[in-house]
Amino acid sequence: MTTTAEAAREGTAGPYALSHLDALESEAVHIFREVAGEFERPVILFSGGKDSILMLHLALKAFAPAAVPFSLLHVDTGHNFPEVLDYRDRTVERHGLRLHVASVQDYIDRGVLKERPDGTRNPLQTLPLTEKIQAEKFDAVFGGGRRDEEKARAKERVFSLRDEFSQWDPRRQRPELWNLYNGRHAPGEHVRVFPLSNWTELDVWQYIAREGIELPQIYYAHEREVFARSGMWLTAGEWGGPKDGETIEKRRVRYRTVGDMSCTGAVDSDADSIEKVIAEIAVTRLTERGATRADDKMSEAAMEDRKREGYF
Amino acid sequence: MTSTTEPVEPLSVWQLSETTLLRFATAGSVDDGKSTLVGRLLHDSKSVLTDQLEAVERASASRGQDVPDLALLTDGLRAEREQGITIDVAYRYFATPRRRFILADTPGHVQYTRNMVTGASTAELTVILVDARNGVVEQTRRHAAIAALLRVPHVVLAVNKMDLVDYQESVFAAIAEEFTAYATELGVPEVTAIPISALEGDNVVEASAVMDWYGGPTVLEHLETVPVSHDLAHCHARLPVQYVIRPQTAEHPDYRGYAGQIAAGTFRVGDEVTVLPSGRTSKVSAIDVLGEPVDAAWTPQSVTLLLEDDIDVSRGDLIVPSEDAPATSQDVEATVCHVADAPLTVGHRVLLKHGTRTVKAIVKDIPARLTLDDLSLHPHPGQLVANDIGRVKVRTAEPLPADSYADSRRTGSFILIDPSDGTTLTAGMVGESFAAPEPVKDAADADGWDF
Repeated sequence: MTTTAEAAREGTAGPYALSHLDALESEAVHIFREVAGEFERPVILFSGGKDSILMLHLALKAFAPAAVPFSLLHVDTGHNFPEVLDYRDRTVERHGLRLHVASVQDYIDRGVLKERPDGTRNPLQTLPLTEKIQAEKFDAVFGGGRRDEEKARAKERVFSLRDEFSQWDPRRQRPELWNLYNGRHAPGEHVRVFPLSNWTELDVWQYIAREGIELPQIYYAHEREVFARSGMWLTAGEWGGPKDGETIEKRRVRYRTVGDMSCTGAVDSDADSIEKVIAEIAVTRLTERGATRADDKMSEAAMEDRKREGYF
Repeated sequence: MTSTTEPVEPLSVWQLSETTLLRFATAGSVDDGKSTLVGRLLHDSKSVLTDQLEAVERASASRGQDVPDLALLTDGLRAEREQGITIDVAYRYFATPRRRFILADTPGHVQYTRNMVTGASTAELTVILVDARNGVVEQTRRHAAIAALLRVPHVVLAVNKMDLVDYQESVFAAIAEEFTAYATELGVPEVTAIPISALEGDNVVEASAVMDWYGGPTVLEHLETVPVSHDLAHCHARLPVQYVIRPQTAEHPDYRGYAGQIAAGTFRVGDEVTVLPSGRTSKVSAIDVLGEPVDAAWTPQSVTLLLEDDIDVSRGDLIVPSEDAPATSQDVEATVCHVADAPLTVGHRVLLKHGTRTVKAIVKDIPARLTLDDLSLHPHPGQLVANDIGRVKVRTAEPLPADSYADSRRTGSFILIDPSDGTTLTAGMVGESFAAPEPVKDAADADGWDF
């Protein structure tokens, strides 16, 4: 511990104070254990992105030395980054977990869903997700959503009741008092659970650094073929880019979020280590979603509208 | 809101990881400048980023407003933006090199008492705003009463709009004195009064250049330095058992751990403990903090306790030190805030969730309803409607090991749930309502309810 460190600690922390990361970790573990204690069929939404990787890490700690009593569910858009799918499969194998997949491509192939003109598949995820929840009778669905991501999410409860159509009604949310989470639900309804509600993007990265958690390499700066669309760097691919007038160039970039390739942008970056990523985020002037998510820019209430329909 | 481009000193990874966390709530009436204060705290701590501010500017411009409307930063729902009102608690996050903050941003309307109760339930500090021109008004008293009821350890009185009273010390001093006397009578343990102008930025983040008569901290300095841990040596140790961890693997054939978040106090290896409600006793043989063995653990750590004896312990049980066990009872008297739209009535059959235990219960009596404006009592109101605060007697189907809320905010609190549809009905606090050394006198009602 350096002298600076000791000086910073003076006056802010008593002998029994937890660091903010320990406090957030403890709260998330409490939420995982509440769900394990009260629900029949919980599942963790797992995309291979950093938030879901963090959720799984916390779940592993919460039940150690026993196994995680939850299975995983991936909503596969069909436009995933190969590095992320590879990470997903290795993780499932390593921890002996069960993986459920809800496939957007299947729905398109069967003609149930139609490809959108703009090529983005994020809004198409809602139906496969909600039908899988009904078919598997999942009663608690963990999501990695954080309240700092977006202002509609700032209003989201940790335990968020969804009706039989998976809909979110912000006017009918249960007040959450103390840490007494209410998971009661009728048959057919389920509860979305957000153990990372109180974490910020920076908290997530600091915790990943502290715990030495491995991430897919696309989170770190690397050379990549990209092209510009709507002010973002998108990865070229069979999903439908580049189009006429868009040109591919090689740039040094990294991703702040991981989602569907058609609407998740990379940022110019030299941050090729976790320390550099944290330093970069600590001074950034753009939010994670503002920088890299096209789908949230569609309208002022884009996130709220999708959440109402059952999106995570 | 001025510029979003001033350089920010990068923090070391260590600084970012080892700071502490403060949960606090704001309370204020519609025109007290709460949005401005919240906006300034968020903005000056770099928590409003360029794209968020641009979105607010775009939305403000599309409504024909000349300056960015800061309320759009915090009003996240379509209905709120359309109607220009805040309908629900929102949680905000910001940080300084010294501390990270979770802000429960609660609406100021009278009809949203339940939202302030919700925000205050997890807060270690409440900022109550008053308008320097109006001083302590009914709404201020209501906010102070809720902070006292919920036993929020620290209360900040932010006397706002000092710029509109010529920054006069006498105005501030009179308001601070009146409020502090009232809050102390209610039993609020600590009041810090700060004269501010949220609009001009005086004493919010930067010390005021025009109020040199004020020698105390700015709002942010106070938030950064207020103690967040308490002397746990004198707290009753409590562990509500959430889940029993039994790996039953070749590596751990006999592991049987009781997992939970320590609700209060400290547990040490070797402690003699009793499991409630059964009353069986044993000794702590080991403590794991998320897989790592430790000698001692304290609130709010999530831990796993292992006991020397193979006794029956399951979810819902409470592990306590044998020499410091709470009384168990099937009759609970509490002060409650009713949070549901449907009323709570005598004879109502409900579920009561206390810690990790949910039991059947029946509302036996509603002896009184409290008027927060003047703390007067209405005996036997018959029912409590949304936002009402009152006294309730509940009979539970099984004995409940409840502490007084005065002793433990975690093990002295409960919620009532509607068994038919799962609605959260009521927030409950066991025992006496206010922490005042003597019962607050109530002229209108002399039959002795000690609100």
